[in-house]
Parts: sequence; structure tokens; C-alpha cells
Amino acid sequence: MNSSEPLGVPLYRVAHGRTGDKGNRSNISVIAYHPALWPVIEAQVTPERVAAHFAARRPSQVQRYALPLLQALNFVIDDVLDGGVNSALNLDSHGKALAFDLLQMPVTLPRELLVHCQGPQPF
Amino acid sequence: MATTTPDPLLTSWPSSPAHGSTPRGALLVGCGAGFSGDRTDAARPVVDALMASGQPAVLIFETLAERTLALAQLARERDPLAGYEPLLADLLRPVLADCLAHGIRIVSNFGAANPAGAAACIAALAQELGIRVPRMALVHGDDLMGAEHAQALQQACGADWPAARVVSANAYIGAQPIAEALQAGAEIVIAGRVADPALVLGPAVAWHGWAWDDWDRLARGTMAGHLLECGAQVCGGYFADPGYKDVPDLAHVGFPIARIEADGECTISKPDHTGGLINARTVKEQLLYEVHDPAGYLTPDVVADISQARVTEVGPNQVRLAGVRGHARPSHLKVNVCSERGWLAEAEISYAGAHALARAQLAQQVIATRLAGLGAIRCDFIGVTSVLGDDQSQWLAQLPAAGSGLAEALNAPRDVRVRWAWEQPTAQQAQLLLREVNALYTCGPGGGGGVRTQLRSRLSTVSCLLPRDLVHCGWRWWNPAMPAFAPESP
Repeated sequence: MNSSEPLGVPLYRVAHGRTGDKGNRSNISVIAYHPALWPVIEAQVTPERVAAHFAARRPSQVQRYALPLLQALNFVIDDVLDGGVNSALNLDSHGKALAFDLLQMPVTLPRELLVHCQGPQPF
Repeated sequence: MATTTPDPLLTSWPSSPAHGSTPRGALLVGCGAGFSGDRTDAARPVVDALMASGQPAVLIFETLAERTLALAQLARERDPLAGYEPLLADLLRPVLADCLAHGIRIVSNFGAANPAGAAACIAALAQELGIRVPRMALVHGDDLMGAEHAQALQQACGADWPAARVVSANAYIGAQPIAEALQAGAEIVIAGRVADPALVLGPAVAWHGWAWDDWDRLARGTMAGHLLECGAQVCGGYFADPGYKDVPDLAHVGFPIARIEADGECTISKPDHTGGLINARTVKEQLLYEVHDPAGYLTPDVVADISQARVTEVGPNQVRLAGVRGHARPSHLKVNVCSERGWLAEAEISYAGAHALARAQLAQQVIATRLAGLGAIRCDFIGVTSVLGDDQSQWLAQLPAAGSGLAEALNAPRDVRVRWAWEQPTAQQAQLLLREVNALYTCGPGGGGGVRTQLRSRLSTVSCLLPRDLVHCGWRWWNPAMPAFAPESP
């Protein structure tokens, strides 16, 4: 395999995150494990891809905020909680699991960045 | 752990703001609970650390979520002595005597719908412990259930105003009454619906004497409060992901302490000899928790801006937050209006072993047929798809049909728990689902077991914005002659 060829990895090797909820709105942080990984998530974890990831929940809007000093993205996703904690019939009516769901999204990165990824090493 | 004799100069707080005078040393604020139902043994190590520091210190308990207050209001309707945090005595019993003896002030929203009831509970606890009754201040003004607010609330909610009976209406009020009560010498400040970070901002303003338009400092104190308000969530709680984000001794996770400087910047740490972890990662996750626009985090006291914030690891389990800015506070306060809303029926049954998924799908069809036309039912196959699914069961519709061969080919799970959830206007109607699922024992697919059912009333919440001059908040001293539920004084 060509050593300069980009490698596909799940986002959870590159970033971590947490979900918060207010009413029918979810916010999900996506935080790079290492500053060198920040350009990867900034370029690839786009609002469009996040909206597609949660398509089954029919988000009405996905807003992305970038925080380069924290190497973090904050996604604000509207109308994905079936009305929110008091209305949803979901067991997880807060949508607490959504961050870990999003972390399964695939991303690609140059092989030289693998050393900064989290999880079992070497790949 | 060594304890120090409290220094009266350190533990006496300014009676008037020290703004403009010599900056004071740092204030320590520890957190003993991050939600209603949090661990009752969490505060003890925090208080030990605050005592050992010999520095001026405050202990906060954050115990109110969006719907906790409505539940408290319902509890108070049933019993005028109730309506405050149900675990209050359990939270305070391990630490009350030491906090009083060492000048550690206590600030909390555990008053919920009945701050005077909470004070009476604390007075009774003090008697039980054989210590003096503390000087307690009650914060008021958040409760908007009085007739004088009805018109303004309905106007603010507009079309969202609930048709059903309103159970609670509370404004998120700010830190000012807390700060004033502390400066007047309150040892315990008992609030209801204050903005969570105000539990930390109030003490910081009282100690450092910040002005109420010193937006940068108010924002820094607010974000210190934001990091503390969920208890262990900044210390490795709600964080661990084995192999990716490992946390030592999670079973004994420590709760956070913020050291807040005169300029508002803060360092987060936790007591020695506790589990958990504080590093840049845990702090970043909590910093962004429940935040929308990072440049405009709205609170009653200030609009905080963390878009230029930085977190730095300054020692083992010590992280400093810097770079927070503030903008003028909003003209309106957020109000949550809770109303009654029907009944939720939930029922579960398990199918395991051969063809578990096929039998689960057949059970789903049986229930759908039996209750056809009576309203939408959510169905989950726990172990296949549940919390990632949606209320309209669009995910389930994508599953292959039982017996099609596809389900079997999909390496079908061998242990599936089927869960139904159904909302109905009355308990009697909602009960129908529970009976139908129970009947699957003899009338459903083969081998179903472990039926559990639950029925409970639900509440609905809408939010609106009210001009802040319509909300009159303040504080007063508690005294033993007060009725447990004291209607608000004008």
C-alpha cells in the first residue's frame, strides 16, 4: 500500500464529544484529540454530512460553530428529539446517545496523522 | 486530612461591594451535586478539601433540571411541606456541621418550588445533629404562578400557551439576590429556579465585589459556574470510553472545585484521593455542554462569549480556563411553563434464542393490530435498534420482514427486548397497552418472557421570554415562624 495514501478511520479515533439538549434542540461537540487532527474534522465534519447522518430524525436545521482555539466544533441540530425530553417516546428522550452515534461517521486522514489518533496503536 | 482553624478575616465577607478597592484573594467554590438524584456522598471530600485550604469557600448543590421544578410544584400541591429537593437532608447531613464551623457558605437551588420548606428541613436537620440553626436566606421571584403574571405570560407564549392546566411557570433569574444575601451574612442561600451558573456567579460577585455591568468578569464567573453545575461531568464523569478516554477509579469520581480569581479567571480541580480525571478534554466537553452559539451563551446576568476561550492543563487534575469575554445581559428572561400532558404507558417483553427477531416482529404486529386506530405507538427492538430510532419508527420500517430470509441472513440477534411507548389523554386509555402486552404471555408469539409495564403522568414544557422588569426577584431571611410554603411577598 502506498504510504501517502489517505486512510479511512471512524471519527471516534480522531475526536471525542458530548451531547446536550434544550427542548427539541440537540447540541453535539466534536473535539479533536490532538491539535494536528483539527484540520481533519474542520474540513470533513460538515453541517451537510451531520444532517445526512441524522436524516432519519429529520433535522430542520444544522448549525456548525468552529472553535479553533479549543480544536472543537459545536453542532446545533434543531427538531431531532421528537419534541424534547418531556414529549419524546424514546427511552433516551434527551438524545444523550447522539454524540457517540455521530462519532461513527467515517473520515479520511493522511497516514502520518495516525500517531495522533486515539485507540489501539499501531493500527 | 488536616483541618485549620477558620480565620475570621478570611471567612467574613464584605458587607458592601469592594469594587474599586484592593483585589481580594481567590474564592474557592466546590460542587456537591450536579442534578436531583446525584450521589449524596459526593460533597464530603469536597468539604474536606475546602476546609484544608483555609481559604474562603462556598459549596453549591445544583439539583434542578427542566422538569424537576414542575414535579416539585406537583409535590407541593399534594403536601404543602414538600416541593423542595427530596434528598435535601441526605445531601446536607454529612457536611452541614463542618460547613457551619468553618465558614463555608452553602448556595443551592434545592429550594425548588418551596424554599421555605427546604429551610425548615435544614433547621430540623441542625437540631437532629445538635448544632445551631444556620442563618438562611430565601431567594424569591422566579415563581410566576401568581395571577398578576398571567396576562404577560400568555402574551409572551403566544400560540404556544398550553391548553391544559399549567403546573408551574418559573423565570430563570440571575445571581444578584444570591450575592446580596451572602454579603448580608447568609450562611445558606436557598433558591428555586435560578440560572444554574448563578449558583457560582453569586458567590464570586459577593466575594470579589464585581459590578453588575463588569461583563467580562461576570462572564468568567458564569462559565466557572457552567463547568461546575453538572458536578462530576467536568471530572471524568459522563466521559469514559474504554480504550479511548480512560478514567481512573470512576466508581469514586471526585466532584469539582473552582478557584476563582479577582479577574474572574478560574482553575478547576478536584479533591485529593478521589477518582476521576480533570484534563483539557474533560473541561472542553463540559465547556460546550448545552451551549449553542459559543459567542453568545445567554444567561440572566450576562451574555458569555467563549469563542476565544482557552483551556490549559496547569498541573495534575488542574485546568485553567482563560479568554472568556462578556457582553451586556439580555433584556428578557427565559421562562419555562409546564402543563399537564396525558399519560405515558411503557411495556416490554423479551424474545431470546432461535428466531428471536422474527418473534419480536410478530409481537409488534400483534400489538399494532390489537390497538389499531387508537393513536401512534412507538416500538423498539432493544439490542437491534432503540434509542437511535425515532418516534415514527422509520428505522424499524427499514428492517427486513420476518420470514423473508433476510432477517435470518442478517446474523439475527439472539436476545431482543421489545419495548412499546404510547401516550394517551387518560390513564384508563393508556392502560390498554399494558394489558395487551401482558396478554402476549399466552396469546402472543412463542417464548416471550419478562413483561414489565409502567404507567405515569407526563408534563409538557414551553419556553418564552419575558421582559426582565416584569420579574421582581429578591431575598429575605428565613425565620422559624414562616409557613413551609410561604406565598411570595410583593
